[in-house]
Amino acid sequence: MAGTADIRKEAAQNRAVGPWKEGWRSFKKSKISLAGAGIVIFFIVLAVFGPLIAPQGINEQDLTKRLLAPSSEHWFGTDDFGRDIFSRIIHGARISLWVGFFSVILSVVVGSLLGIIAGYYGKWIDTIISRVFDIMLAFPSILLAIAVVAVLGPSLQNALIAIAIINIPNFGRLIRSKVLSVKEEEYIVAAKAIGMRDIRILFSHILPNSMTPVIVQGTLAIATAIIEAAALGFLGLGAQAPAPEWGKMLADARIYLLNAPWTMIFPGLAIMLTVLGFNLMGDGLRDALDPKMKS
Amino acid sequence: MRKKLLEIRGLKTTFFTDDGQIPAVEDIDFSVHEGEILGIVGESGSGKSVTSLSIMGLIPSPPGKITGGQILLDGKNLAAFTDKQMQKIRGKDVAMIFQEPMTSLNPLFTIGDQLKEAILIHNPKWSKKEAFARAIEIMKLVGLPRAEELLKDYPHQLSGGMRQRVMIAMALVCDPKVLIADEPTTALDVTIQAQILQLMKDLNKRLNTAVLLITHDLGVVAETCERVIVMYAGQIVEEAPIHDIFTNPKHPYTQGLIKSVPDMRYKKDNLYSIPGSVPKPGFIKVGCRFASRCEFAMERCLQETPPLFEMSGQHKSRCFLVDEQEVVHHDESVIES
Repeated sequence: MAGTADIRKEAAQNRAVGPWKEGWRSFKKSKISLAGAGIVIFFIVLAVFGPLIAPQGINEQDLTKRLLAPSSEHWFGTDDFGRDIFSRIIHGARISLWVGFFSVILSVVVGSLLGIIAGYYGKWIDTIISRVFDIMLAFPSILLAIAVVAVLGPSLQNALIAIAIINIPNFGRLIRSKVLSVKEEEYIVAAKAIGMRDIRILFSHILPNSMTPVIVQGTLAIATAIIEAAALGFLGLGAQAPAPEWGKMLADARIYLLNAPWTMIFPGLAIMLTVLGFNLMGDGLRDALDPKMKS
Repeated sequence: MRKKLLEIRGLKTTFFTDDGQIPAVEDIDFSVHEGEILGIVGESGSGKSVTSLSIMGLIPSPPGKITGGQILLDGKNLAAFTDKQMQKIRGKDVAMIFQEPMTSLNPLFTIGDQLKEAILIHNPKWSKKEAFARAIEIMKLVGLPRAEELLKDYPHQLSGGMRQRVMIAMALVCDPKVLIADEPTTALDVTIQAQILQLMKDLNKRLNTAVLLITHDLGVVAETCERVIVMYAGQIVEEAPIHDIFTNPKHPYTQGLIKSVPDMRYKKDNLYSIPGSVPKPGFIKVGCRFASRCEFAMERCLQETPPLFEMSGQHKSRCFLVDEQEVVHHDESVIES
């Protein structure tokens, strides 16, 4: 009898596996995506607990210790003001992730809203929204970001807004195409047949069923956003000194490339590693959540 | 005679396409009486689904639109209702179940969530507890066991038959007066089909819900319906009580349909089929739409459009072959062509 009890228990555990749980199950299977998620979590921990971990403050200068090579005291060496690069990179994680997450959240929210309206209502409103997206996509994204920052003025916050704006059409088009296919599903007609209102159908049936590609695209977009923020910082249009923004650190270290390469290598590595983490995680999510990739 | 619940008068639904205006259904006249099961049969493209979607106000627009006639429910003309007004009717007065139980449920939410949502739409003042109790009650009514556990399940964990039961539960949750079932058993295998049909018959008796059963399966009609409407190329060609349709079909199309059903008693190499195929909607402008495939077609059939002749015993047929003596003349204008 114990056998049947076990089977029942197992059956009970298998019950009620939602689509999200199932997605997590297949995500777990890929070691590479787990590694990516690990890198992302590592940087999130740095961003949250940075001040507790970093051995020195962001702006603790010691001009007697300028441009020191990596040593046991300064793991990543020091920069031209004698600041500990290791500490600055840890603090910088907060800036980069903040820009990455919030710019993507902002563009997902605005893009989804526009995409949903365009996809669900169609007609002239779709034409207007889609053409605006086309126009925005016609500009090289970094150029558009520079233009937006030029209008708003150079600062980290404005860089974030600029990056959010250039990403809106990507998400908008993604959601629009997904809504176009989901709204033809039979359960949408069935929902109408029981008297559900349009708004309710949109937000409780169409939106949740259109979110999977957005989650995948969103994770990958965080990576691009971090690179774009670093690029704007490098050009002097993003974070301003003395903020420990990785792109800005790269720009400042440019002139010491030959005699103190560590001033450039470590911020560059930090950017590369975070972006790699988000990309691996995004690919893993795509494999786990996109039914087309399951074969 | 029982009270008329739903009356359709001269319904015409047109699709506006790049190739011009195409009337998908025309001159649809019929009524559904309280507590009856009325069947609509016809081939694919005969306008069965367009008729049912027109009643629900769910014709995809654009390109479709109701361009004529009335849909009267308790004296109110649904064809003239705005979408907002229709939302209050759908699910509450008229509910509908669909062909594909596999795709008619949202894959992201549990059965319980969706059932409770359906309840709360028309009873917004109910508490979650009341909705839950009603969900359990309705699940038991449609014969789903272990209702409490099933409510926590996602659609993909249920079999096709169970999902169709859930769909029926969802449609009946607000006690609609009319239930439109658009090929509810087509996607199910035969044993489950019989169960679902039995369930619909039971519910029809117990709740006195009128059922409009749309199907292309004459066997389903024979098993469940009291009256039948036969549709062809967007028109009603015959309407009769269930017994008469099988023993005394008047329209050559209905006769052909019945002949096409394989008969178990005789071994035949080839099954009978009506020659030709259904004309494209809007293709035939004058004359009988069945004339080109009809073995009895006369000169007159190509020149005049036959009206729906009314005979004794609530039998109607859209064919000139109907014997003049059989026609009931209670109104001259009815038979004038």
